[in-house]
Parts: sequence; C-alpha cells; structure tokens
Amino acid sequence: MSQLQENAKPLLSVRGLTLDIPLASGTLHAVRGIDFDLHKGETLCIVGESGSGKSLTSLAIMGLLEKNIRRSAQTLDFDGVDLIGASKRQMRTLRGNRIAMIFQEPMTSLNPAYTIGDQLVEALRLHRKVSNEEARARAVELLEKVGITAAASRLGQYPHQLSGGLRQRVVIAMALMCEPELIIADEPTTALDVTIQAQILSLLVDLTKEMDVAMILITHDLGVVARVADKVGVMYAGALVETGPASEVFGAPMHPYTRGLLHCIPQPGKTKRGEKLGTIPGIVPSLIGEVQGCAFRTRCPHVVEACRGEIPERGTPPHEFLCVHADGARAAEGEPA
Amino acid sequence: MSAPVLELKNVAKTYRVKQGLFGKPKPLKAVNDVSLKLGRGEVLGLVGESGCGKSTLAKILLGLEAPTEGQVLVDGDAIGGQDRLALAKRIQPIFQDPYSSLNPRKTISDIVSLPLRVHGVGDAESRAKAVRETLELVGLPARVLNTYPSQMSGGQRQRVAIARALIMRPEIVICDEPTSALDVSVQSQILNLLNDLRDDFGLTYLFISHDLAVIEHLATRVAVMYLGRIVEEADVEELFATPRHPYTRALLNSVLTPDPSQGVPDTQLGAAYPNPISPPSGCHFHPRCPFAQAECKAKAPRPIPTASGHVECHLHDPESTMYRENLSV
Repeated sequence: MSQLQENAKPLLSVRGLTLDIPLASGTLHAVRGIDFDLHKGETLCIVGESGSGKSLTSLAIMGLLEKNIRRSAQTLDFDGVDLIGASKRQMRTLRGNRIAMIFQEPMTSLNPAYTIGDQLVEALRLHRKVSNEEARARAVELLEKVGITAAASRLGQYPHQLSGGLRQRVVIAMALMCEPELIIADEPTTALDVTIQAQILSLLVDLTKEMDVAMILITHDLGVVARVADKVGVMYAGALVETGPASEVFGAPMHPYTRGLLHCIPQPGKTKRGEKLGTIPGIVPSLIGEVQGCAFRTRCPHVVEACRGEIPERGTPPHEFLCVHADGARAAEGEPA
Repeated sequence: MSAPVLELKNVAKTYRVKQGLFGKPKPLKAVNDVSLKLGRGEVLGLVGESGCGKSTLAKILLGLEAPTEGQVLVDGDAIGGQDRLALAKRIQPIFQDPYSSLNPRKTISDIVSLPLRVHGVGDAESRAKAVRETLELVGLPARVLNTYPSQMSGGQRQRVAIARALIMRPEIVICDEPTSALDVSVQSQILNLLNDLRDDFGLTYLFISHDLAVIEHLATRVAVMYLGRIVEEADVEELFATPRHPYTRALLNSVLTPDPSQGVPDTQLGAAYPNPISPPSGCHFHPRCPFAQAECKAKAPRPIPTASGHVECHLHDPESTMYRENLSV
C-alpha cells in the first residue's frame, strides 16, 4: 500500500497476499489480500488482535506455513527472489541466512539439549564455509553486542541456565549470526518483564539501525509500535485496514478500528484516572466462507449500507486506509479531519 | 483511612529450596517482612518483576499458603485461626488465564454455582437464580448457562471467572493479572467491569499487574515489590507524580505510552534480576541501582515514612550520608 521511499526498490514487496485454510465447515480466509513494501533498514510494525492474521503473514513470508494452508499472492518478492515460486532448497538458503526470525518464547526456539555456543555456531556454519573457531569468535562478538557479559564463558551454558531476558538476547544474537537483511520478530518481548522489554526493544532498534537491517515486528502492544515503528500496519480480520508512518497513524488515526484501539488503552496524562475506557463492542466476525465488504462493520459505530459493498482505498500514500467514509468518519467523532 | 478491611503485619514466607541432588536446602525468602493496610473500597496495585513474590503474596491472602511469619488480618481477625471455607467467603481470586482457570468439562452454570454448592447455600432453585443474576451483573446473557468454556471467547471466559468470584459476595477480590491474556479491546471491557463492580458492591481489590498504565488507571494505592520486599508504597497520585525509589523510577520509565515522538526509554537497569536464593547484601537493589554507593552494599535501608506511604532507600533516609533533599535524575 504505502511507499516511504518511492524511488528505491523495496527489499520486500507484498501484493495481494492471501491465505486460505480449508476446514470441514468451509474455507477460512485468514489473510485477505494484503499489500505492503519494506525497504532496507526500515521497521514495519504490524499490530492487531489475536486471530487477525498477523503471525500467519510472517510465517507466509518465511515459507513456514503448515501444509494445509493455501498461500497465493500477485507478488511476494524478496530482493528479486519470488518467494511463492521458490523451491524448498532456495527457501532453506534464505531462512536463517538472509531472513531471520525471532519468536515470542525464547525457550521454544532454543534447543534445551545443546549449549548456547553449539546453537550459535550451527546457525552460521549451516550457511557459510567457516571454521568452528571463526564461528565461535563471531558468536562471542555477537553475544557481547547484545549485551551479555562474560560472553565467552556463556558459550558452554545451556538455555535453562539463563534468565528469560538473557535467552531472548541469545535468540537475537542467533538471528544476527549470518548478517540477515530482514528480521521478522513475532511478539519478541511479550513474555518478558516491562523493564527487560524496554532493554530488548532498544537493543533491536539500535542493532537494526547500526546494521541497516529491515524488520517486521508483530505485536498487539500499541506502546511498542509507537516507540519502535517507522511505519505501521493495522490488521483486522485478515486485512491491513490502515498503513502509514507511525507519526501519522498515531497522530491522526483514520480507520475507526485504529481509533477504537487507541481509546481502549489507558494513556497516562490523557485518560482520566478511573474514567471509563473506550471499548469496541462485539466480537471479530467469522472468516469462514465468503467475506464481503468491511469486516469491521459489525463493530463499527459509523456503519452504513455501503459498508457491505466494495471498500475503497482512501488517503494518500504513504498514509492509506480502507473505509467507505472519505475521512474514516473522523468528523463524526469530532476529530479534526 | 477507615478501619482496614485487610491488614498484613510483617508477613514473610520462606521456602526451602534444594539445590542439586545432595545439596542442603537453602532458604528462599519469597515474601520478606511485608506490612500493608487496605481500606474498604480501595484498590491496591501491586507491581514488580516476575519472581518478586507478588503471586506468593496473593496465595497467602487466599489462604493457599501459610505465612512463615507475621499475620494477615481481615476486618481485624487473623486468618490463621479461620478455616478455609470461612475465608473463601470473604476473599476470592480472579486469575490471569481464563483458559486454565475454568474446568473445560463443566457447564458455565456448574462453574459459577460451585462456590454456592461448596458452602451449602440455598437450594437448587435459589442457586440457579443467583447464577442468572450474577451472570447478568458481569454482562453475560442467560443463554450461556448450558455452554462450555471452550465455546466462549477469552473475554467471556474472564467474565465467567469474575462471576464465580462474586457469587459469594466477597469483600476482597485478588486480581492476579486479570487482563494480561486478553486482547486490547477486550481488556478495556474487563477493566471497566471491574471498576463498575467495585463501585456497586464496595469491593476491595488487590490488583496485581505488570502494566503500569492499567495500575495508574485503576488503583488508589500502589505497592512496588522487589525481591520479596515492598520497597515503596504510596497513594497512586503521589507514586506516579513523585516516585522515590530508584526502582520505582525505572519501572515508570519503562512504560511504553503510545507516543511515536519518543523512542524506547533507557531504564538504566543494567544487570538482570538477582537470584532470590542468594540475594545481594544490604539493599537488594544495589547491583542494578544507578545511585548505589558503598553504604547500599553494607546496610539494608530502613522504611522511611513519606507523605502517604513509605520508601526503603538510603537516599531518602535523613540519617544516611547519602541523603538528598531532592532526588532528580
């Protein structure tokens, strides 16, 4: 949808990405034709509630979907490589090498039976012809970079000997072993304490800037999005309903769902203590079977008859949204258009 | 404050943890000399990192663990002497995960009416009536009565958990991270509901959360816990306006408000959380404290009274050489 740097060729280009899951009761349209571009060194945050399709989107890019999920797209291009047509072998040379992934729970991405050192070295030697000594040296260098003290002595430790924050640092170091161009981080700090969360996030931000790595960060936490993102994609029921630079999406949220989300969280200084928080009534609609019109219409305070039909793209790049109302019903909520 | 409905007097809980197969058990002070008072209708927000003893404290209050030292008083009566049933009438919990706290094989009606049956309250008919009324209270339609938890969304399940907690009309509700497993839009509905119920029934909450924005919104008092101790306690306005303990400051600093003009804050908390089996000497926080001096390593700070609570830090102790009139970072 949006393009921050119009001229440069994007590192990752996604057009019309669609994910369908056949179920006994019909087809579940988990992701319904999403578009976005990501440039070198940029951070895109995809925010949405559970079941919105944000994690599936990241797995679709990595080619890690379960076999029963049908993936299609007009374009799914990573630096000239067509990820839809890529062979298993091609995908293996990309994964962990040029595209790395960081998951929510560090304990599930680390093997409890191997030392930290073995796992870091393996990540590099799988893709590069380097000696064990060189790989270990690189591992120590990266562990120091992610803020782990006494890095050399940590190589012999097992994951269970480290705290949650340290484990997530190891996972980040592992993701960086092959100097990837794209990191996909799915809720990387959700399992961590707030103080550790801030440390891990600032580490990710500093490293991606320093190494000019692009990042897709998937989260449900609007605070994380605001502090980390260059651009934001708000996902609802399998569609990107609003995309744009972080300052614009938070400064002037256009889609009624984005505004609804922002009203739901208590904001120190803005929300009066004890005051009623905003709510989004109703529940996410079922995505089984034909989905027509705007999926948010069942919960939207500004629903009109036209919401059942084709939903036009509004706004001007890079800030765009999907809504039948030209101003996303901002005027109706008394917000400056 | 009116007479406290809940009071903790020097409560401590020490576990004995075995290290290794032949290791001698070592004491782990999960809760260390905690004193708190909670007035009727107040909401005490309890914050701290994982492993600091928040949940152990909650278990002590629920009578699930006996304190090794100290006393818990409800309306002035020590709970040590009361039996579990009597205590359960007055204090009820709401847990974090509505997926694991509800029995998947029981209907909603069974789950919500269980406390009534346990306490032998009323007959089948009056119990059914109470269940319907309570469900209505938490915003669930009567048609869910014969459904199972698996047929419900996370928000609905948490409403069931709240209904189960309230059906005995307790005075105190212990909310242990009640919204952290929920989506943002559902979280706000549950928080609004808890707030309304407090107003309607004069409930007193102990609200455990790691989300300081939620605590600031809901709580009337806040206690900050570090390695088993309450290192600072104050009225919510005071704590958020003038945090005194360096750890409280770091916690407040780490709150990520949705403000894209600001980056990720620097909490200045270098080292990781210490091992509770061998806590640091003196002030337990000193290895991570940006203000730490020799005194912090040598001597544990004493509680210093503040305008509305207390703080345990040498920087605020007039008798300490580290004392500072104004602490500014």
